[in-house]
Amino acid sequence: MKTKTLPYKTIMYVILALLTALTLMPLLWMLSASIKTDSEVFSLVFHWFPKNPQIKNYTKIWEKIPLARFVFNSVKLTVIITAIQVLTSSFAAYGFSKCKFKGRDMLFLLYVATIAIPWQVYMLPQYSMMNKLHLVDSHLGYILMQSFTAFGVFLMRQFFMSLPNELLEAGRIDGLSEYGNYFQIALPLAKPSIATLTIFSFVTIWNDYMGPMIYFNTTENKTIQLGIKMFIAQYSAEYGLVMAASVLSLIPVLIIFLAGQKFFVQGVASSGIKG
Amino acid sequence: MQAKSKKQISLSRRNTLVGISFILPNFIGFFIFVLIPVIFSLALSVTEWDGFNAMKFVGFDNFVAIFKDRVFKGSIGKTAYFSIFTVFFSMCASLGLAVLLNQKLKGKAIFRCAIFFPYVASNVAVAVVWNFLFRDIGPINNFLRSIGIANPPGWTASTDWVIPALIIVNIWKNMGYFMIVYLAALQDIPSSLYEAAQIDGANSLQRFKSITLPMLTPSTFFVVMMLTINSFKVFDLVYLMTEGGPGTASTMMSQYIYNQAFISWSYGRSSAAAMVLFLIVAALTAFQFRMEKKWVSYM
Repeated sequence: MKTKTLPYKTIMYVILALLTALTLMPLLWMLSASIKTDSEVFSLVFHWFPKNPQIKNYTKIWEKIPLARFVFNSVKLTVIITAIQVLTSSFAAYGFSKCKFKGRDMLFLLYVATIAIPWQVYMLPQYSMMNKLHLVDSHLGYILMQSFTAFGVFLMRQFFMSLPNELLEAGRIDGLSEYGNYFQIALPLAKPSIATLTIFSFVTIWNDYMGPMIYFNTTENKTIQLGIKMFIAQYSAEYGLVMAASVLSLIPVLIIFLAGQKFFVQGVASSGIKG
Repeated sequence: MQAKSKKQISLSRRNTLVGISFILPNFIGFFIFVLIPVIFSLALSVTEWDGFNAMKFVGFDNFVAIFKDRVFKGSIGKTAYFSIFTVFFSMCASLGLAVLLNQKLKGKAIFRCAIFFPYVASNVAVAVVWNFLFRDIGPINNFLRSIGIANPPGWTASTDWVIPALIIVNIWKNMGYFMIVYLAALQDIPSSLYEAAQIDGANSLQRFKSITLPMLTPSTFFVVMMLTINSFKVFDLVYLMTEGGPGTASTMMSQYIYNQAFISWSYGRSSAAAMVLFLIVAALTAFQFRMEKKWVSYM
């Protein structure tokens, strides 16, 4: 392709900068409001940066609601569910791609079929089953419900399918069992896919609203997303505080996202190509 | 011969056991917590149940009842309205952004990152901000007034504008994801195709129309399908922004399913509505797969 001229590049940068600014505007607005007093938030004269930044909005919110509890719950659930998901689904994906046995593909089809079924369709029977097992309003119930999704198995299988069988054959000749092959050959090579699944699972569970809303009634059990919603309901007029709490809830995701954005891009891209 | 086939049988049985042992830890959980509820949901839709008293078989009564319900019938139309616009404009926006970002520009990773970020931002935070931005005297309407629009829309407070407002937020949130899908596909198009077209004298618009778009059809197929499924089952964003209101103006199918189950405690009606949602999504997916051969070209 021919090289682009300087004016062309400048125009492109201007267009991109404008689009990016437009996309980030709501989030920047949230950041700006989070260090304002309430009257400044509602003021018709708008400043991106207030004269008197209210940094103490960020300390006040910890006193108003049990935010530390909510953060702890969210971290706990996210870590446990992500760990179970990565372990069991990479294990299963290996079975679905590298072990040959009767009925394997039928079984996998069952998994894939559930990806297309909206959660709303089986949310209620799932809930009443959990209710029978006395697992509603408990972290265990939520963990069990979220840990075994088809998506993880699907994503990991995509990767193992591309892993050459010769590598595993060589392992077998060297006397490795199938489990040895999985732990010593397949798993180390799957690191990028595992990173992708970890990030996706982390973001999904951290941001999940409907699941915790249905399952958790007790305040001690609630997650950060429910906590912020609760905060909004109680202090709806105090927008500065509401925004500070919202910004706070975005920080862990932002960190994970910036640290692992390469894996994000890979994950999205590979899900798209294979369709 | 005999000995060999016996050995083969035991080998294949061993393989089966090993294979199943890999799948089992995940499958047990999947079977109990996903598959059984899916099957159970079929049964619930033909019974009357409040979750406590005994279940009663009622045949298609639940389906008849929800199709008499004005709110449910309305919710189908609203979901369709929301989905059609979300799918079309998200697709255009993500394709446009991907084409822009597919050029050799320094620092494009920063732009890509920024545009993708709304996708990972939580719906709770997103809903708070957008609800404020959409207020009658909020930043968006103030801006619209400042450029001379005397009567800007009422957005989430107006029955006519609430769904367009939700569509805007939904596109904003998801376009980054599909932009990346398109970007990956764009990078896979061999540059020799463009070079050949250039030698033949094709201008950039012609190249876009006869190379880029056809080469992207498999991705477009994926994007349209994912967007369709996702927008038909949209819940979190709508619930957090409007709770289906004002009135029932933005009560879409998922919201109706939720309301019937957890507000009216009518499990049968909720499950019947869920079945309808499932059938619509399944029919649309099947239809898209049928149409696939007509317009998708795999290289």
